[in-house]
Amino acid sequence: MDLRFTPEEIAFRDEVRAFFKASVPEVVRRKMSESRHLAKEDFVSWQRILHKRGWATPHWPVEWGGTGWSPTQQYLFMDEMQQAPAPPPLQFGVNMLGPVLIAFGNEKQKRHFLPRIANIEDWWCQGFSEPGAGSDLASLRTSAKLDGDHYVVNGQKTWTTLAQYADWIFCLVRTNPEAKKQEGISFLLIDMKSKGVTVRPIVTIDGGREINEVFFDDVRVPVENLVGEENKGWDYAKFLLGNERVGIARVGVSKERIRRIKQLAKMERDGDRPMIEDERFRERIAEVEVALKALEMTQLRVVAAERSRKDKKPDPASSILKIKGSEIQQAVTELALELAGPYAMPAPDEPDEGSNEPPIGPDWADTVAPTYFNWRKISIYGGSNEIQKNIIAKAILGL
Amino acid sequence: MDFDLSEEQQLLKDSLGRLLADHGSFAQRQKHRNEPDGWSRALWALYAELGLLGLPFEEKHGGLGAGPVETMVAMEAFGRALALEPYLATVILAGGLIRHAGSEAQKSALVPKIADGSLILAFAHGERQARYELADIATTAKKDGAGWVLDGEKGVVLHGDSADTLIVSARLSGQRRDRDGIGLFLVDGNASGVTRRPYPTVDGLRAAEITFSSVKLGADAVLGTPGKALPAIERVVDEAIAALAAESVGVMAVMHEATVEYLKTRRQFGTTIGSFQVLQHRAVDMLVALEQARSMAMFATMMVSEENAAERSKAMAAAKVQIGRSGKFVGQQAIQLHGGIGMTNEYSVGHYFKRMTMIDTLFGPAEHHLARLAKTDGLVES
Repeated sequence: MDLRFTPEEIAFRDEVRAFFKASVPEVVRRKMSESRHLAKEDFVSWQRILHKRGWATPHWPVEWGGTGWSPTQQYLFMDEMQQAPAPPPLQFGVNMLGPVLIAFGNEKQKRHFLPRIANIEDWWCQGFSEPGAGSDLASLRTSAKLDGDHYVVNGQKTWTTLAQYADWIFCLVRTNPEAKKQEGISFLLIDMKSKGVTVRPIVTIDGGREINEVFFDDVRVPVENLVGEENKGWDYAKFLLGNERVGIARVGVSKERIRRIKQLAKMERDGDRPMIEDERFRERIAEVEVALKALEMTQLRVVAAERSRKDKKPDPASSILKIKGSEIQQAVTELALELAGPYAMPAPDEPDEGSNEPPIGPDWADTVAPTYFNWRKISIYGGSNEIQKNIIAKAILGL
Repeated sequence: MDFDLSEEQQLLKDSLGRLLADHGSFAQRQKHRNEPDGWSRALWALYAELGLLGLPFEEKHGGLGAGPVETMVAMEAFGRALALEPYLATVILAGGLIRHAGSEAQKSALVPKIADGSLILAFAHGERQARYELADIATTAKKDGAGWVLDGEKGVVLHGDSADTLIVSARLSGQRRDRDGIGLFLVDGNASGVTRRPYPTVDGLRAAEITFSSVKLGADAVLGTPGKALPAIERVVDEAIAALAAESVGVMAVMHEATVEYLKTRRQFGTTIGSFQVLQHRAVDMLVALEQARSMAMFATMMVSEENAAERSKAMAAAKVQIGRSGKFVGQQAIQLHGGIGMTNEYSVGHYFKRMTMIDTLFGPAEHHLARLAKTDGLVES
């Protein structure tokens, strides 16, 4: 047992840290740091910088553009990226669809789509959830009926993140309504420009517009866009959902946020002293830091265990990372809310482009409440924390 | 990063696990409590045979030269068995003071006796007014010719009743909470002027209130540099915290396992209660708390040999916060999920809960260490 990083790992960390410091566009770094929404160009330009360096898809197999890094290197890369702070490569393509295509797609699909995912020439979104299929995803009803060499798709997807930018959507669709609910599902790739696809925004409680409803009315999809075998889509979906392990706890994100809160607390005053000198506030920060340090060690344990895992199945401990990681991220948004004080309240209309109106209150405070509200999603998406607990109860505790 | 045990460490874990399974079951433990010392001399001899009592000492003094990971392995096993023996008092605390402050001659004289099990030690440090402030010492040591005279009262001295020799902290100069002016002395437990009032603690272990009145000590009783003992005391308490973190992981793991087992076997409303989702989720919350504590015990193990005292003590404070928080939750929920049976003295889980509660109290509970940590620049460096 040696709980330190090796000199090689430390050298690697320094290398990626220097890269992020030099390469993240200032506008992207600032938006990340101030919790502002990123524009489509921000994601695209940054991912292309990463791709040019060969680091847009580090966890893919080397033959498809991966780096061949060890799990520890993957972890260090993710941790440094989160702390930079920089956005990760677009997860819908890089973390979700890419590995599914690599594992189950045919040669033609891989050759066509994978390079375009890596260089973000196609913007992908995820069509899983439906109004009647959330935690109980397998009860989805969007149908795909074979008609010659096309599927005809009808139905509705929801909570589709950043569908407004998307060129393509990967969908779970029902191809056999007679079978048991898990056994009649297929995994289909649909061009968002197809006739019959409609995207409608859903405004969230923070006032933001990142999620959407996507409607399909007699959308004709070529059969060559089926991934793997018909009616095996549920297996691929499980593979996809279990796949996102490294970085799921977002330890680096929380570290960066706490660091920023501490800096801001030096400037923000409560009477004649800065907030950072308020003992109770310091204890609240320390409490979160302890949980975060423990989570960081838990994450490293999972990463180290991954090295010796042969079955390639997700470690059930990653559910712990999801639960604790989301709780900590949300606790950090509460710290920011407390720090902003009364200036968490103003919610002015978006200023016009180029407006020189001064901010209301501290120039960092306007995103604090929206982020607090927006980040309630973290314990809901990707399988809610309650679903994660069901998984742990069954898979680890045998209950 | 490598979280696997080496072959030797795994061997230690397996051997100690077997030893405690054979000789330190819960039923045997309850018998050992009734022995004259309140713990088992026979078991102590078996620890010596396994090399456990010399674990952290240098080989040239008669120890095994093992590191923090070996201590972690041993303490976790002691936690699983709710061991009663004075390992913390003798090997970790007093032994640690000898390792860090003792002269070559003292180490060569004392370590072999610790390692072979013939010498029981205790660290007489805490005083009633001090609570958890390590520098708060009112006991005095006054120069007396070549030697010293010791006066004062020490409270809740772990295994102070059965110790052959006490290591006593005393003030040579300065005010009660001054960092300077503190010395350490080796004192025969039966010396004239030493009065011990022994008692059991709520977790089934033993301690004593000890009074020193005009206890005369020779010049050779001094451990370390007189007046400059606090850094060694702080270091040893940090080592004790790392050890307790590992012990608490063993304690929590057993409580969690017992609870999950109970959920699988206890039937109500015509089914096992483990089929109820509210109880499944509680058991998962316990697991999350346990794993967070395990991670922090590993962090403490990694940081305990850190030479930078500020970084080291920050890490120990953080570990103490986490094991305090996790231990309270796991313990309370273990009792809750067992229902009435968890309340009975006959059943083991309550005893684990009591040990867990005392581990939180030892060297300061979570709140104390959270306040300490909050006074530093924290764990996320800016």
